[in-house]
Amino acid sequence: MNSWIEKQRYIIDFTLSSLLRRKVKNIGLLVLYTLIVFILASMMFFTHSIKREAALILKGAPEVVVQKIVAGRHDLMPIEYLDTIKKIRGVATAAPRLWGYYYDNLVKANYTLLVPPTQTTTTNISRTTVVENEPNSQSVDLTKPLYEVNGTKLESGTIIIGNGVARLRQIAKGDYMPFLSFDGNVMNLKVVDTLSAQSELVSSDLLLITEEDFRKLFGIDKQFVTDMTVVVNNPSEMPTVAAKIKKRLPQARPIIRDEILRTYESIFNWRGGMMIVIFSAAVLAFVIFAWDKASGLSAGERREIGILKAVGWETSDVIQMKFWEGAIISLTAFFSGVILAYIHVFFMGSPVFEPALKGWSALYPNFSLTPFVNIEQLTTLFFLTVLPYTVATIVPIWRAATIDPDSAMRFTGD
Amino acid sequence: MVLHPTVIANLLAAYIASFMLVYAAFYGAQILKYWNIQSGEELQLILERKTYLISTLLGYTFGLQLLSLFLYIFTADSLTPLFVGAMCAAGTLNVSHFGYSVLVLKILNFILAGLWLVLNYADNQGYDYPLIKKKYLLLAIIAPFIVIETLLESAYFLGMRADVITSCCGSLFSSENAAGLGSEIASLPALPMLWTFYGVMFCTLATGLYFYIKGKGGYCYAVLSLVMFIIALVSVVSFISLYIYELPTHHCPFCIIMEDYHYIGYLLYLLLFGAVVSGIGVGILLPFRQVDSLKFMLTGFIGKLALSSVLLYLAFTALVSYQIVFSNLIM
Repeated sequence: MNSWIEKQRYIIDFTLSSLLRRKVKNIGLLVLYTLIVFILASMMFFTHSIKREAALILKGAPEVVVQKIVAGRHDLMPIEYLDTIKKIRGVATAAPRLWGYYYDNLVKANYTLLVPPTQTTTTNISRTTVVENEPNSQSVDLTKPLYEVNGTKLESGTIIIGNGVARLRQIAKGDYMPFLSFDGNVMNLKVVDTLSAQSELVSSDLLLITEEDFRKLFGIDKQFVTDMTVVVNNPSEMPTVAAKIKKRLPQARPIIRDEILRTYESIFNWRGGMMIVIFSAAVLAFVIFAWDKASGLSAGERREIGILKAVGWETSDVIQMKFWEGAIISLTAFFSGVILAYIHVFFMGSPVFEPALKGWSALYPNFSLTPFVNIEQLTTLFFLTVLPYTVATIVPIWRAATIDPDSAMRFTGD
Repeated sequence: MVLHPTVIANLLAAYIASFMLVYAAFYGAQILKYWNIQSGEELQLILERKTYLISTLLGYTFGLQLLSLFLYIFTADSLTPLFVGAMCAAGTLNVSHFGYSVLVLKILNFILAGLWLVLNYADNQGYDYPLIKKKYLLLAIIAPFIVIETLLESAYFLGMRADVITSCCGSLFSSENAAGLGSEIASLPALPMLWTFYGVMFCTLATGLYFYIKGKGGYCYAVLSLVMFIIALVSVVSFISLYIYELPTHHCPFCIIMEDYHYIGYLLYLLLFGAVVSGIGVGILLPFRQVDSLKFMLTGFIGKLALSSVLLYLAFTALVSYQIVFSNLIM
C-alpha cells in the first residue's frame, strides 16, 4: 500500500512539473473549464436557493385558498360562501380576503394591494396569516407570515408599503402616495410604515390598505371579497376538505398550499433545466475543445511519452500519469468554478443570471439569498462538467499512451 | 418529463456509461474471437493495446456507476415535492414501475463492474493474459445489463409526470400495509431480524477469517458474503433504519443518506458494497489459482481480498452496533 502511494506521489509530482512546462496551453484550458463550471454552478445555486426561499415563505401561506371561477376566470366571491365553507366538517376557520393589483402609471409598475385579515369585517384571524408578535423569534423562518407589520396600526387613509415600492417611488414613512380610484378620483393615502425586509421576495411590491379604502379604490361592493382562506385542523384531510368545498360550491376553486409549492418547484426546476439545455451547447463546445487538446499532442509531448516508455514506463503508467493530469485540471477548475459561483450568487446577488431566472417584473424584490449548497448540487455539477471532460479525453489519452517509443522519438517535427 | 438539472445529470451519466460499455464490449467481442497470444500479427498487437483502453473505460464506468447510484437516490429524493403523497425517495421511486427496477439494476451493475475490475487486476498480474477470455466474457454479460438500465432509467425519468399520486414512504414502508415489496421487508419483525443479522454476520466473519488463515472454505465465504449483503440490505429496512431515525415506524432505506442523518447512509452502503464486491471476488478468482502464470501472486491477492471484505463487514457491523447502542430508541 505504501509503495503504491509513493508511486502515485511521484507520478503526480512528474505530472505537475510537466503541466507547468506548458503553461499557456494548460492555463487556457483551465480558464475555459472554470468558466463552464462557474456558469452552471451559479445557475444551480441560484435556482436552488430561490426554491428554498419560496418554500420557506410559503410555509406561512394559507393551507387552502378558495377562489370563485366564472367562465374560467377568477371572479369576486359573494361573502355568503363563507358560511357554507365554515359548515364543512374539518374546517377550523375560514376568512375572507381582499386583495388586488394596482397599476401605477407614474413608475410603470404593478403593486399588490392587500387588506390585512384583521381589518376585514368578519374578523377571524386564521393561524396562517399575520402574526404580529411572534413568541419565538428563533422559529421565525418556519412560521414566517407572508408579510410582517411592525406593530403599526392601519387606519383609514393610511397604507403600509413594501420595500420595493418605497425604493421605486422614493418615499418613506410619513409621505403621501396618490392613487387613482375606479371612478377617476384621486385618493391620497399616507404611508405609515414599510414592511420588514426579511420577506422581501414576496412583499417587495406589497401595499397594505384598510378594507374601507380598498373598496373605495376599486369600487367593490360590501357583499364581495376577492377570495377566502381556509384552515384545516388535520393536514391530511386537506384534499378531502378541498373536494367537499368543490362539491358544495361548484363555482369555487380550492387551491391547496402544497399545490402552490409544487408549482413553484416545477417552475424553477424547469427554468434551471432550460438553462442547462441552453448551456449544453457551450458544454459540448468545451468537450470538443478538450478532445482536441487531448488528441492534438505536440511533437514535444509525443517525444516525452516516447522517452518515458523507452526508460521503462509502461503503458499503464502513462495512462495513470494522464489520469492524474486530468484529475488535477478537473478538480482545480471544478473547485475554483464552484467557489467563484458561490461568491457570485450569494455575495454579489448573481448579476449575470438574475433577470433570466427570477422572472420579469418592473418591481424586483431586492433580497440576498441564504447560502445553501448541498452534496446533490455538487454531484450534479460534477456529472455535468467533469464527466463529459473525462470521457472526451479517455480515447486520446489511450492513443497517446500506446505510442511506440521508437516511432515517437524518431518523429522530430518541432 | 421533469426538466430538472439533476435528472439531466442522471441521464447524461447513464448514456455515457452505456456508450463506454458498448464500445468496450465491441472490442471485447473481437478479443474473444481473434485473441491469440502466440501470434505476432498486427491485429493481435492492436487488440493487446485495446485492452488498456477497455480496462481504463471500465475503471471509469465503475466509479461512475457508484456515483450515479447515489445521485439516483438523491434525485428521487429531491423530486418528492412534485408528487402528491411522496415524502421521500421511496415515494418518488414508486411513481412508475421502473423506479425500483432501475435501482436494483444499478446495484447489480455496480457489483458486476466491481467484479470485472477484480478479474482485470488479477489478469494484469500474469505475463500472458491468462484470464483474458473469461474477462471479456464477463464484459459481454455486463454490457446488456447497463444498456437495459439506461433504457429503464430513461423511461422512468421521461415518463415522469408531476402530480401522479404515489404512496409516501410512510405507507409504503409502514408495517400496517401488508402489500408491496417495501412493506414485506418492513414487516419482518425487527428483533428476530436483528439476531439473524448478527448470527449470519458472525458466521460470515468466522468463515472469512478461517479462509484467510487456513486457505480453505473460500467458495463458502463468497456465497456467505453475497447472502450477508442481502441480509444486510433487508436489515437496513427492517431494524437498522429504526435506530438511526429513532422512530419505530420509519423503515425507509433512503432517508439515511440525507443530510438530516449526517450522511451516515453513504458510509454504511459504501462499506457494504465494498465488502460484497471483494467477498464475491474471492469466489471468482479461486478457480484460477492453478494457472501457471498466476500461481505465485494469486493466493496472496485472494487472501488480501478476503481480509478486506472481512474488515469492511466488521466495520459495517461496528457502525451498526454503535448506532443501535447509542440510539435513543429502545426496543
